[in-house]
Amino acid sequence: MSGKPRLTYLNGRGRMESIRWLLAAAGVEFEEVYLETKEQYDKLIKDGFLLFQQVPLVEIDGMKMVQTRAIMSYIAGKYNLYGKDLKERALIDMYVEGISDLMQMILVFPFSPPDAKEKNLESIKERATNRYFPVFEKVLKQHGQDFLVGNKFSWADVQLIEAILAVEEKVPDVLSGFPQLQVFKTKMSNIPTIKKFLQPGSPRKPPPDAHYVETVLKVFKK
Amino acid sequence: MVEMDGMRMVQTRAILSYIAAKYNLYGKDLKERALIDMYVGGTDDLMGFILMFPFLSAEDKEKQRALIVEKATSRYFPVYEKVLKDHGQDFLVGNNFSWADVHLLEAILMVEEKKSDVLLGFPQLQAFKARISSIPTIKKFLEPGSQRKPVPDDKYVETVRRVLRMYYNIKAN
Repeated sequence: MSGKPRLTYLNGRGRMESIRWLLAAAGVEFEEVYLETKEQYDKLIKDGFLLFQQVPLVEIDGMKMVQTRAIMSYIAGKYNLYGKDLKERALIDMYVEGISDLMQMILVFPFSPPDAKEKNLESIKERATNRYFPVFEKVLKQHGQDFLVGNKFSWADVQLIEAILAVEEKVPDVLSGFPQLQVFKTKMSNIPTIKKFLQPGSPRKPPPDAHYVETVLKVFKK
Repeated sequence: MVEMDGMRMVQTRAILSYIAAKYNLYGKDLKERALIDMYVGGTDDLMGFILMFPFLSAEDKEKQRALIVEKATSRYFPVYEKVLKDHGQDFLVGNNFSWADVHLLEAILMVEEKKSDVLLGFPQLQAFKARISSIPTIKKFLEPGSQRKPVPDDKYVETVRRVLRMYYNIKAN
C-alpha cells in the first residue's frame, strides 16, 4: 500500500482529467487503474467499490471517493487550494462551476453524432468566447493579480488553465481577444508542478480519439 | 442568483456549499464534508432527471418517469438505505443534521410526486423521511404558505421558455 491516491477510470481524459490536473498541480503523485473491459467495471460494482455504480473513483486517505466535485473539493481543501475563508471558497466554487459547465460541452463532444459535431464545436467556441472567458478576463483585469482568487494559487486557476488548453485544442485562436488570459496561461504553465504535468510522460491524457470513444461505449454498455 | 453577505452568488452548487458551511450543515471536518459532498452529488444526479421532466414531450415524460423510478430504486435509494442501516443513526453523516439530510429529503419527496409508493422496500428511508420532516424548520417549510414552490405546471414551463428563451425541446436521457 503506497499511500498514494489511486485513480480508477478509463485510460483517457473524461471526468477524471480535472482530478489529475488538480493532484498534479498540488504536487501529489498518484497511481492509476485503467478500465478496459465491461467485466472489470462490473466487478468493481459487484465488489462494492462504486457508491453509485459510477466512476471516477479515487481511493484516498482510506476513503473510496466518487462524484467528481466531491473528490476535487476534498483535494482542494486538503492541499490548501481552496482559499483562506468561506468567501474565497465561494468565489472559487463559482468560478469552478462556471468553467465546469464549459468543460461539460467538451466532455460530451466526442460522443455527438458526426452531423452534429460542427454545430457543437461552434457552441463551444461561442460559449467560451461570449460567456466564460470574458468573466475571467475581467476578474484578472480588475484586480491585476496573478491568480483568480485571493492573490494565491487555487483550484480555480487550475481549472481555468485546463479549460483554456482544452478549448484551444478545438479553437486554436480562441484567446486572441483575451490578453489577460494569454498572460495567465503563460504564468500558470510555468508553475513548476503544472509545467511538469504539461511535459511528455506525465499522467496527462491525450485528447479523446476514436479508440477512447469505443472503449467508453464498450465498458459502460448496459 | 442569490444575493447574500455582500455577494451576488451564482452557480447552484457554489451557493448551496456556502450556505451549508455558514450554517454548520457541512460536517465537522474535511472527511465529513467529503461524505456530504458525495451524498449530495448522488441526490443531485437523481434530481437532475426530474429537473428536465416538465420540458419533455408527453411521450418522453412517460419514459422519463420510469427512468426516474428505476434510478431511484436501484441506484440511489439503496445507498442511503444502507448508510442509515449500517450506522443506525438519525442523520446521514456524523450523527448530526447536515445538508446531505436536507437534500435527501427533498429528493425523496420529489420522487414520491412521480410515484407515491416509491419508498416501499426502504424502511430506513421511510423512518428518515418522517424524522427529518418533523424537524421544526423543515416542518414549517412543508406547511402551506411557506416559500416552498409547487410542482412545475404548464404555466411555469411557459414562463421558463419565455424568460430564458428556451424554446427548443429537451431530449430525454
